[in-house]
Amino acid sequence: MAKEVKVLGAGCAKCRATLQLVEEVARQKGVEIQLEKVETIQDIARYGILSTPGVVIDGQVVHAGGVPSRSKVEGWF
Amino acid sequence: MVGVVRWPVDRPGSFLLLAGMAWLAAYLTLIPLSEWLVGVLPVARDGRLGAALYFFLYDTPKVLLLLTGVVMAMGMVNSYFTPERTRAFLVAKHEGVGNVLAAALGVVTPFCSCSAVPLFIGFVQAGVPLGVTFSFLIAAPMVNEVALTLLFGLFGWKVATLYLGLGLSVAIVSGWVIGRLRLEAYLEDWVRDLPRVSVATAGDTLTLAERVQAGLAAVREIVGRVWPYILVGIAIGAAIHGYVPEDFMAGLMGKEAWWSVPVSVLIGIPMYTNAAGIIPIVEALLSKGAALGTVLAFMMSVIALSLPEMVILRKVLKPTLIAVFVAVVGSGILLVGYVFNAVL
Repeated sequence: MAKEVKVLGAGCAKCRATLQLVEEVARQKGVEIQLEKVETIQDIARYGILSTPGVVIDGQVVHAGGVPSRSKVEGWF
Repeated sequence: MVGVVRWPVDRPGSFLLLAGMAWLAAYLTLIPLSEWLVGVLPVARDGRLGAALYFFLYDTPKVLLLLTGVVMAMGMVNSYFTPERTRAFLVAKHEGVGNVLAAALGVVTPFCSCSAVPLFIGFVQAGVPLGVTFSFLIAAPMVNEVALTLLFGLFGWKVATLYLGLGLSVAIVSGWVIGRLRLEAYLEDWVRDLPRVSVATAGDTLTLAERVQAGLAAVREIVGRVWPYILVGIAIGAAIHGYVPEDFMAGLMGKEAWWSVPVSVLIGIPMYTNAAGIIPIVEALLSKGAALGTVLAFMMSVIALSLPEMVILRKVLKPTLIAVFVAVVGSGILLVGYVFNAVL
């Protein structure tokens, strides 16, 4: 089963960096993921995060606010 | 190389001590160094080019150094104040006290303008009063460590303190007024219909090493982002210092011109730059006869009332509420400008 990963953020530079980092780490670790960008405010608000970018894995918010560190991302996969 | 990179993490205490000493040493050698640099250049120190060069060569390293130190320290302080914790703290507060606390927390809670909307929604959803939320949202961008450091570096502590006090006052009073006006009906419908959330703060305690890392990350991010603005701002400021005649601004932005305060506020709204770019220019204008109140009003307007921010807020606020927001904050800034010009 591929992990379902969502990156929440209205298209700022940090959101793009987060997306890239998640993609890169998953590829390195050989983990299959289904990556999705969530960009509308309404959808972001549904996850109850206060600062973007946020990351949601299989429905669970695992990160909010700023680009996550590489080691943190590695911990998810 | 790996050892050097790991050092702040392995020995955060000694890293902070040594970094602090190195910083102080660099700061103390600045004045003699830039005097010497201008001295060896083949231009007259008191000529136009000399004055411009001295301003540039002295202020650039001073401001960048100050900024690096303050951003590092604030990055560590910020790690104590997450937006989640601030929200949980503000939920139970009433208007009045809540406005004061929200404005103060706006200064120390890390805040990026692209997070303004999720933050706004999150506060309102958790039951933080609307006016208190606005106090936070007004103070957070306007009174920040970059603006205060630049003011301190270029104007001295008195102006920096005044800006801090007045910025907080505008945020507190504006938020309170917006709260009194009971404008909850002018939130976009979908925001009002969001389910209430209860807030629980995760009690994550960071180690000193993690806070040092947070500080270093803040330096990389903030200083890395604003240094070009500072260079350009100081270069323009330097050119004004060297080439614009004395008292040139007195007629335009001086105390005698009563209309200069509202005009400055209006011009400031569509201008979108950060404090880093605008303050060196403002400092130079001041030395050419502009009045401090007018200049401060201009600065606050540029930072606190920006068109792009309103476009973002439009997603959660109806136009009426945005108009009230601009009118209330704008009036507060106007008042600051007039009071300053009258008192000083």
